[in-house]
Amino acid sequence: MRGVRQIYPFTRPPELDTDKRTRVPVIIVGAGPIGMAMGLDLDLQGIPNIILDDDNKVSIGSRAICWAKRALEVVDRLGCGERMLDKGVTWNLGKVFFGDRKDPVYGFNMLEEEEQQFPGFINLQQYYAEEYLIDEIDKRELTSIRWENEVTAVSQGDEGATLSVSTPEGKYQIDCDYVVAADGARSPLRKMLGFDFGGETFQDHFLIADIKMKAEFPAERWFWFDPPFNRGQSALLHKQPDDVWRLDFQLGWDIDREEELKSEKVSERIHAMLGDDFEFDFEWVSIYTFQCRRMDRFVHDRIIFTGDAAHLVSPFGARGANSGLQDVDNLGWKLALILQGKAPARLLESYNDERIAAAKENILNSTRATDFITPKSEVSRIFRDATLELADEFEFARRFVNSGRLSIPTILDDSTLNTEDHDSFDSKLVPGSPAIDAPVKINGKESWFLKSIGNNFTGVYFARQGANAPEGAAQLEHDDIPVNTLVVSDMDVAGSGLLLDHKGLLKQRLDGQPGTYYLFRPDQHVVARWREFDSQAVRDAVARATMQAH
Amino acid sequence: MSQNTLSNPRIDDPDDFYASLIALHNGLTTEQSQSLNSKLILLMANHIGDRAVLDEMLSAVETDSPQG
Repeated sequence: MRGVRQIYPFTRPPELDTDKRTRVPVIIVGAGPIGMAMGLDLDLQGIPNIILDDDNKVSIGSRAICWAKRALEVVDRLGCGERMLDKGVTWNLGKVFFGDRKDPVYGFNMLEEEEQQFPGFINLQQYYAEEYLIDEIDKRELTSIRWENEVTAVSQGDEGATLSVSTPEGKYQIDCDYVVAADGARSPLRKMLGFDFGGETFQDHFLIADIKMKAEFPAERWFWFDPPFNRGQSALLHKQPDDVWRLDFQLGWDIDREEELKSEKVSERIHAMLGDDFEFDFEWVSIYTFQCRRMDRFVHDRIIFTGDAAHLVSPFGARGANSGLQDVDNLGWKLALILQGKAPARLLESYNDERIAAAKENILNSTRATDFITPKSEVSRIFRDATLELADEFEFARRFVNSGRLSIPTILDDSTLNTEDHDSFDSKLVPGSPAIDAPVKINGKESWFLKSIGNNFTGVYFARQGANAPEGAAQLEHDDIPVNTLVVSDMDVAGSGLLLDHKGLLKQRLDGQPGTYYLFRPDQHVVARWREFDSQAVRDAVARATMQAH
Repeated sequence: MSQNTLSNPRIDDPDDFYASLIALHNGLTTEQSQSLNSKLILLMANHIGDRAVLDEMLSAVETDSPQG
């Protein structure tokens, strides 16, 4: 097996050589994709933070490979999106096969609308994503990673939290205002604090074999129900960069784990699937079972849980790391406003509520997919097979086929942070939706809409004429929580920071009739919109979105 | 009556309906499940009513693979 990657050296922390206690605004526990993204987001918000990790290397094996569009958009805001896109294998199409049929019974496209910077999905080994995040962290002033720094105890009070940390050269304590737990599915922090993690474990095993081979299969997600090479079970084929292919075989519950992991046995399965006449190398082999669980609450005063530490889903649907990155997106700006004294601590309740709603949605989708893939009863299996047989011929049946409902962003339409629409809009977006991308030109250069918004509250105004912002918009830039207004025009007129909607797609996607004003949260979600600009209405919406008393 | 009419998806949130349908069978024996399915088919057939549509459906599943 390959996959030996760089070791990140332990550096002696200054706390070991002084009695003075360090205090930082935020300590993040866990340098996985979620913890590192959190560090970068807080750095962008101007909040100093330290990431502690008990290990000294990136993920072993490819692990998470499917990065969804919204997750890529989040990571792009943090500075790593394009690198992931360049290295990753882009795919939008999925195909579903059933039994002995050679042709797929069903296919789907993950990208509903073209002309966006990021595709429906890319596949990229988790270790590449982590390495890119580490490189980006190295460039930043306000975030850093301490490798081989293991948290052994945590306590909290009214003023903050204290962590006890063990290193190869000694122990120290460190204080902070908030702890972000991003320490994964087995979260030591969650266990130390004795928090619940309710849900279910599915009685099934899956074998992942990532292999290196030269193959001509297209960059699509292929899923088999009951194929000849794995009778009564399912299988998956997926392309990764560097000629690595993800093969996933369902094994059932009653298996001999050691036997199944033997390379002869795995090779036998691979040859049965792909034919005898080819060569390959193993990159990573693993057997896993899966679980759907979540904590009752993600926010426990000064300690906030994110990613797998807070919620766990089956891999079918790619809703793990992708939803964890949406946690980060949701939390960063809220923590920053609280730490800057611009919003009350109860704003964290909205993180709790919004991301629990998302976790419920992800767990529901993941559980349903699992029930379809591994029916729990004979009659459930008969219905499943009947659905697949009908799917060949009948479009309606294809809608029932569930090989994993792939990650799409959660729409926070129930959030109390939103300001309800009073005008009507002919757009897929509603208050609570993440923004949709579109090509724009800025100062004559091709760019993307999503690159223009985020990190702060941003107003987007569809100009009536010329490139003028509405009267009163400029004053909003000087508020305690500032709102910068971008002007969108489909006419190429001179104006600094003007977004030229040269293809008219932004107008179309947002129903941007002249005079329309959208307000986006720092995480690029729509929070309010109007047909007429009114600076007081914008201020009220910002106050509502940041839980100011009013 | 065309194939297209039978094929056209008409149920909102198909995953939710499918989950409810399967949940109906929780804890039932095979005999009980068969009986439940038969009642469901008869209810749905009566609701459809139109004999031409029903015949279309009968032949749609008849052309499927025979027993075994």
